[in-house]
Amino acid sequence: MKRILLLGLLMGTALAAAPLRLATTTSVNDSGLLDALLPGFTQETGIPVQVIAVGTGQALAIAGRGDADAVLVHAPDLEARFLREGKGVAHACIAYNNFVIAGPASDPARVAGAASALEAMRRIYAAGAPFVSRGDNSGTYHRERALWKAAGLEPDDQPWYLESGSGMGATLALAAEKQAYTLTDLGTYLFMKDKVELAGLYDRPDPLMLNQYGYMVVNPERFAHVNAEAAYALRAYLLRPDVQQQIGAYLKDRYGRSLFNPLFGRCKVEVEP
Amino acid sequence: MTLPWAEVVEIAARSLGVAAAATFLAALVGLPLGVWLGARPRKGGLGAQVLLYAGMGLPPVVVGLVFYFLLSRSGPLGGLGLLFTPAAMVLAEAVLAFPMVAGFTLAAVRARADGVRRLVRGLGGSERQVLATLLWESRRPIVAALAAGFGAAISEVGAATIVGGDIRHHTRVLTTAVVLETRKGELESALALGAVLLGVTLVVTAILVVWGERR
Repeated sequence: MKRILLLGLLMGTALAAAPLRLATTTSVNDSGLLDALLPGFTQETGIPVQVIAVGTGQALAIAGRGDADAVLVHAPDLEARFLREGKGVAHACIAYNNFVIAGPASDPARVAGAASALEAMRRIYAAGAPFVSRGDNSGTYHRERALWKAAGLEPDDQPWYLESGSGMGATLALAAEKQAYTLTDLGTYLFMKDKVELAGLYDRPDPLMLNQYGYMVVNPERFAHVNAEAAYALRAYLLRPDVQQQIGAYLKDRYGRSLFNPLFGRCKVEVEP
Repeated sequence: MTLPWAEVVEIAARSLGVAAAATFLAALVGLPLGVWLGARPRKGGLGAQVLLYAGMGLPPVVVGLVFYFLLSRSGPLGGLGLLFTPAAMVLAEAVLAFPMVAGFTLAAVRARADGVRRLVRGLGGSERQVLATLLWESRRPIVAALAAGFGAAISEVGAATIVGGDIRHHTRVLTTAVVLETRKGELESALALGAVLLGVTLVVTAILVVWGERR
């Protein structure tokens, strides 16, 4: 028993060689993107990266208490607030894709024929078709609420409006079971497409559906222990042209399109404090 | 199954290590406390008993959340830098295992206390010998208490997620890996990991039971 205890404690300290702790969203982690990118970084710099994959809201909350060194999230206005509050510095736009409205192939609300994203939301609302919301303060949830608001609709008290309270993958599975619509990021949708019976019904370049991933270093002036050197090193690595190309190429062969499009640091939506 | 076998073994070993360390810590405090409370001659300590039994229903997520705030860099113990480490998981799971170990020990010892005391005292033994005999006579239910504590620790996912963060090669354990694979839609991997978890629990319990019977 004692030996097992020792083993347990050793595991806690063995990896303590100044790792970088990255709080991020489930979409970049569960799609396997980080597993494809980070080993190269670790090999070059010797810095191990510890990834905590949660929703954007939780990732920013973790980093905002000084419990992570960097964040990679997808909610530009929340990122701007994080910078404004002095919790983050050195924002960089890493990649983008688009949000997709997925739903049953039968498409009872005729979302596929909608002229715009707002029109699609209005059609779902008018049809009273089941819609699964993340309900979890994630970047996707944030966008979904913004879409309802922009469409002038309030779905909260509607009987067809369901909140899953779980990650994107689980929410897609729930939507498939319930034959419901849901808003998803393209990356997770493509990655899950073969595992759930849902059609990508509204999947078009639309400024309202733009999904941009931003990286920030947690402010080392605010939290003295932050591994800022490593956080800046990863920032530089992710912005490097060859790594950006690797991001764009990730799983492109399998799906015939990029899960994540490189931005080379040039934001589609400006994130200003 | 998309997970390489070597990684499954690594995750299972971490699960085992964390849960065993948590059970050990819980037993370190819980066993003496359970024996002491259970052996007291007259009633009393009823409040402690209620607290321990109620503690068996401690919600892991709440325990995890409390440790999150304690261990966060912005919290009172932030200087230790323990959040999102296996040590943080050991602490939270020890708190979850503790009421099991102490509570079941208390119940076992109390059931035997009067008889054993009468016998040992009648033979001229001291109160210390009463306690020693009680501990020995309760060894089988105490093994059950340890098994319950270990089971609570290794099967728990809420606290492990909150204070561990499910970091690959660092704090990922079987339960958090099951959640991750489910979230990714890799249901077969998730199910396989679940089977490994049951297997580990079964083997550890078997070892504990055999150990308790043989001594």
